[in-house]
Amino acid sequence: MDVMVQLQRQLFDYTASLFHEGFLDEQFNQLQQLQDESNPDFVVEVVTLFFEDAERLLNELTNALSQENIDFRRLDAHVHQLKGSSSSIGAQRIHTVCISFRNSCEEQNVEGCLKSLQQVKHEYSTVKSKLETLFKVRRSGPFLVRVLICNIEMTYGETDFGCRGVSVLGSVI
Amino acid sequence: MASSSTWSSSNWVMESGDVPHVLAVDDNLIDRKLVEKLLRNSSCKVTTAENGPRALEFLGLTSGEQNPLNGRSKVNLVITDYCMPGMTGYELLKKIKESSEMKEIPVVIMSSENIPTRINKCMEEGAQMFMLKPLKQSDVKKLTCQLMNRDCEI
Repeated sequence: MDVMVQLQRQLFDYTASLFHEGFLDEQFNQLQQLQDESNPDFVVEVVTLFFEDAERLLNELTNALSQENIDFRRLDAHVHQLKGSSSSIGAQRIHTVCISFRNSCEEQNVEGCLKSLQQVKHEYSTVKSKLETLFKVRRSGPFLVRVLICNIEMTYGETDFGCRGVSVLGSVI
Repeated sequence: MASSSTWSSSNWVMESGDVPHVLAVDDNLIDRKLVEKLLRNSSCKVTTAENGPRALEFLGLTSGEQNPLNGRSKVNLVITDYCMPGMTGYELLKKIKESSEMKEIPVVIMSSENIPTRINKCMEEGAQMFMLKPLKQSDVKKLTCQLMNRDCEI
């Protein structure tokens, strides 16, 4: 049982599952293709920017919805931003919730907006944690990598790869 | 890409071998970073602006000011988002096309929304092309290829 082969397989399958389950779409592939030697951390940089921007927007949205007189135009403007950013990095589920969120804004439907906000927060925290896991494991030089796997939940089918403090030297995709 | 005009503006078709300088305008930080990378990957020099007024400033079109250096700031292409707070991409397009110095510069409009009336409006105002977001590398390569008047595979 070659540990490195297993790890590569796990990583591949984990990434594939993110696409399969609709967390990520084709645009994320586009991002990965943009990464090159001149910009080896491009994907992490862009996604990190997205996290920061999304968190700011979620705060604004929460704030806007807690006002007595809700400014739906302002609300919609923020959702539009989040919709755009999430689409640009391939965060499909967030993008989808933003579409119905915008509809609720247009209808000035407070209940709908609150529900959408809750959904978008949930989708955001889920995809954030999944992407952070992915980056943690993929952080590597071109060939040799030391992968320290602690508490990373990477399950695929029956194989539960939850090793504490295992350090592996090798190459990872 | 949704729509495009022929690249007949002879002033702005470049000599092959020249590096195009593109001004990219978008209020969204992530989109700015992405379009910059896409353009750099297509061998362009890129300047980004976060809104219409800043873009006009860079082009030397700020009203009342004659910026001698930037009157011909050697920008070969402007690519702008449509939906921006304050001055929209459409309004920016209009201002560029109304100016005597910059009216020949190709302006490409990007939008995440595929709205035919919006597209027509922009094309009628003289936009070179309308592109749907999120942009792909292949779209940008095609665009810059045409700008540099090279033989491109379609």
